Amino acid sequence: MSQRNRLAKGGRIDRGRPLQFSFNGVSYEGFVGDTLASALLANGVDVVNRSFKYSRPRGIVAAGAEEPNAILQLGATEAGQVPNVRATQQALYRGLVSSSTNGWPNVERDLMGVVGEMGGKFMPPGFYYKTFMAPAAMWPKYEKYIRKAAGLGRAPRENDPDIYDHINRHCDVLVIGAGPAGLAAALVAGRSGARVIVCDEQEEMGGSLLDSRESIDGRPAAHWVGKVLDELAAMPEVLLLPRTTANGYHDHNFVTLHERRTEHLADTAPPAQGRRQVRARMHRVRAGRVVLATGTHERPLVYAGNDVPGNMVAGAISTYIHRYAVVPGQRLVLSTANDHAYRAALDWHDAGREVVAIVDARDNPGGDLAAEARNRGIRIVTGSAVIEARGKKRVSAALVAAIDVEGFAVRGTADALACDTIASSGGYSPVVHLAAHSGVRPEWRDDILGFVPGKVAGLLPAGGVNGRAALAQALADGTEAAASALAELGAQAASITLPEIRSVREDKAVALFQVPHPKPAMRAPKQFVDQQNDVTAGGIELATREGFESIEHVKRYTGMGFGTDQGKLANINGMAIAARCLGQTIPETGTTVFRPNYTPITFGAIAGRHCRELFDPRRYTAMHSWHVANGAKLEEVGQWMRPWYYPRGNESMSEAVQRECRAVREGVGILDASTLGKIEIQGKDAREFLNRIYTNAWTKLGVGKCRYGLMCKDDGMVMDDGVTACLGDNHFHMTTTTGGAAAVLDWLELWHQTEWPELEVYFNSVTDHWAAMAINGPHARKLLAELTDIDLANDQFGFMDWRSGTVAGVPARVFRISFTGELSYEINVQANHALHVWKALFEKGEKYGLTPYGTETMHVLRAEKGFIIVGQDTDGSVTPEDLGMQWCVGYKKPYSWIGRRALSRPDTQREDRKQLVGLKPLEPALVLEEGAQIVLEKELRIPMPMFGHVTSSYYSPTLGHGFALALLKGGGQRMGQTVYLPMADGQVHAATVVEPVFYDPEGSRQNV
Amino acid sequence: MLLIYCPYCEEYREEEEFRPKGEAHIARPQNPEETPDEVWGDYLFFRKNPRGVHHEQWLHAAGCRKYFNVTRHTVSYEILETYKAGQHPASDRAPGVGTGGAK
Repeated sequence: MSQRNRLAKGGRIDRGRPLQFSFNGVSYEGFVGDTLASALLANGVDVVNRSFKYSRPRGIVAAGAEEPNAILQLGATEAGQVPNVRATQQALYRGLVSSSTNGWPNVERDLMGVVGEMGGKFMPPGFYYKTFMAPAAMWPKYEKYIRKAAGLGRAPRENDPDIYDHINRHCDVLVIGAGPAGLAAALVAGRSGARVIVCDEQEEMGGSLLDSRESIDGRPAAHWVGKVLDELAAMPEVLLLPRTTANGYHDHNFVTLHERRTEHLADTAPPAQGRRQVRARMHRVRAGRVVLATGTHERPLVYAGNDVPGNMVAGAISTYIHRYAVVPGQRLVLSTANDHAYRAALDWHDAGREVVAIVDARDNPGGDLAAEARNRGIRIVTGSAVIEARGKKRVSAALVAAIDVEGFAVRGTADALACDTIASSGGYSPVVHLAAHSGVRPEWRDDILGFVPGKVAGLLPAGGVNGRAALAQALADGTEAAASALAELGAQAASITLPEIRSVREDKAVALFQVPHPKPAMRAPKQFVDQQNDVTAGGIELATREGFESIEHVKRYTGMGFGTDQGKLANINGMAIAARCLGQTIPETGTTVFRPNYTPITFGAIAGRHCRELFDPRRYTAMHSWHVANGAKLEEVGQWMRPWYYPRGNESMSEAVQRECRAVREGVGILDASTLGKIEIQGKDAREFLNRIYTNAWTKLGVGKCRYGLMCKDDGMVMDDGVTACLGDNHFHMTTTTGGAAAVLDWLELWHQTEWPELEVYFNSVTDHWAAMAINGPHARKLLAELTDIDLANDQFGFMDWRSGTVAGVPARVFRISFTGELSYEINVQANHALHVWKALFEKGEKYGLTPYGTETMHVLRAEKGFIIVGQDTDGSVTPEDLGMQWCVGYKKPYSWIGRRALSRPDTQREDRKQLVGLKPLEPALVLEEGAQIVLEKELRIPMPMFGHVTSSYYSPTLGHGFALALLKGGGQRMGQTVYLPMADGQVHAATVVEPVFYDPEGSRQNV
Repeated sequence: MLLIYCPYCEEYREEEEFRPKGEAHIARPQNPEETPDEVWGDYLFFRKNPRGVHHEQWLHAAGCRKYFNVTRHTVSYEILETYKAGQHPASDRAPGVGTGGAK
């Protein structure tokens, strides 16, 4: 394979270590040290992609994160597929397989390209919306085909085999970017003994120094980089993170760094010393101070045909020559508005290729680099610009004309200069993204024709990003930033001697963004602003004419700055064009908002180890192993895994639940109730505290007694419920709903700490300490009697009492409370003993047919009794009175308890509030849908008033019909009425409004 | 992610340890039953939503379990100070000189 654009000498590649790779099915060769982009350019690959909207052939434009076109699909295997990799940031490795993300059937012959060519004029911004807007119902169909035509890379269809880490880190100074400013800052901070992290997104640290023509202390700049890195690496408090992008700058100097540890080696992390390696790490850094040394991105000029392959930003040419020994063409025309870009022509010339001309928009460029160019005999055309690039799949000529920058006009006629490469430079935009993540808007500076970061506390910009790009300035600025950072932290900065730099005199740049064309922008060949999103200068002009005046609206209408661009290459040019069209200045136009992440991150790195069983902690009760061994189907309740039902043989869920229900009503069943929240409450004012926090009265509850309590927010709405037992005069055991445990503890502590600090009361969560098992059913007493020393006689241990004693030989608290309406004992033991007690109950319980039941049966049984579940039958807008629970409201309690006052507000007194009722479907076998809306008329018309909804609905084997609980407007007044429930499929169900207690309304069964 | 100084622990801790609990200094009227509906309604439902300095209540949920107050700028997210429940904000204190916020 020939690498026809590779120089014989130079570069930072290893010619002794060739690497095979493939692009779009063709095999090529590059070297260790190449990026995928440099290797493609070395091999003379011009077209790397088709554009997003117009399907135009596109080539490599840049050399870094700002690359808009070479966004490729990577991966030799299905599991190793990575979409949208920027070839300029991907190190070459052996066997790398890459392909274009756009283009069908391929990038060289693209069918959509024909459409793009013919239809280009007819595809203005908003084309798809305008064209495919009606009928709206068809949009999903259109979208499918439009997406296919556009192509955006694809996600792997197999699971990611790699592992990823998150690491929390702390440092005094985080230096982002290891160019001249960053390295100088790191050196100062490191020598001062500070804890320093230096991260840099490239394969090698050094930034612009790696492609610099300048010398430091009389030697090539890259030599100084090596020396500094060696010194930093030897410092124990300095951490160097190459291949690490600072992707997000968050509050209070919290920065997320994304380190790619193996992506330069293979698709998926290769093993090292026989062990799996972490593919990528997310470093979560809390930094004392951040030195932002992210440098600048060069802006290309916007001229007609500027997207034809062979058009590049000037600095990229220098990068490819210096770092990779690649000259991406034969004959160069450079179009520039500043001195610095002259480097590209000098480097090109020094590499032995032809510089056709340097076209400078200024009339009298007189800086040192211009002098060097003249000395080499390079033709400089002044007061001019490349106004149009000619060519289809590669540049064939540049049209050069004199221009009037101020008047935005072409003066005179254009000359065609034959060439295959056009480099352009409109200036250098500070990479302000991270600083802007803070929400602080960047500030325009006329002297550098760019936005610099606004003032962000704790963040110190240095070097190019701070408008001090020249080498000597950048080094000095880095040093100063580190010294300021250390001073702000109260530390002393070590002094360093800045190296000798010969200063390069540069003339003032001119503000040129869009290059004028003899035809108006809407008629001229396309002048691309954002190549990735196919946004043209004409498109921006049209957007402003159609009334989009805010730059944020222009962005959304045209798509400028979307995708991976995020304002890297396109934004400043786009804003400048919008500003010109709107007749305002660039600072008046402002920037769009920059958001994390700076470059795309794989989901793996975001997830880290937080996947599968580690995604969210799961909580298991002490009896979990028994449930699993006995075939329980499990249900997630918050973080808890609870038995849902226990199918036997081939039983369906409904069969199992009916069997479990009958077992409880006719024999005895057992429920693992350990997940209920439990809070110990102690202190001499504990009883008064309960009086204030619960709706009902606690003054007279004696030791050994339990009481059901309702808890409201101060707006009078029910927030939780549960049974609280009096363990001693100053000692209570509160239970909460499973899901509400944490919130209730917060709630108790809130009132105690902020409103009633004078009350002496203490809270402690004991949810995990006590396991609870509820035995329910007519045989419950007989079963428990076999295992306990507690006297279970009804006159000794009545309903709503609790006793302590032993069960199965271990200390236990037994609560005679019932959530089923049956005779019931809830046995609480230390969680460590629970499995033993549970098994002992089954040993003794076999003869009574002891049946384990899960949450589904629990729901059926409690609903038959009209017992609510807070959060299912209530939704934060339901008062105790709405639930018909006036019996649980202490209207006469002296203290105005939480929620009391709200019950006398006019709104809570309304008679048409939704109230809890029972619903009995007219068709007995029917189980209404939970959430179904209730209306009062059978004949449907839209809209019609809705009167409530079903909150709980089950089939009751005991009653022999379906039944439901519902919240119904004025429900208490509607007993016996028929209501209707229209369903999505057009059916309308009918049901009778009944009392919410369906079974044993007298409560005789639990009181035996 | 905010870095919050807990005035009880006397340490800076990550936001992950805390829970925000809304506007601070919402006192429950002393005699609820005598409080007019409108005043009670204001106490229940009306909260400030300033663009600027805001006093907030936070809970050090995964720490000391104490409620405390945070004076935070809702645009810059700068924390001007944190102080214990029952204390008053040092409102005359210049921004950035407080005990909270980035070190």
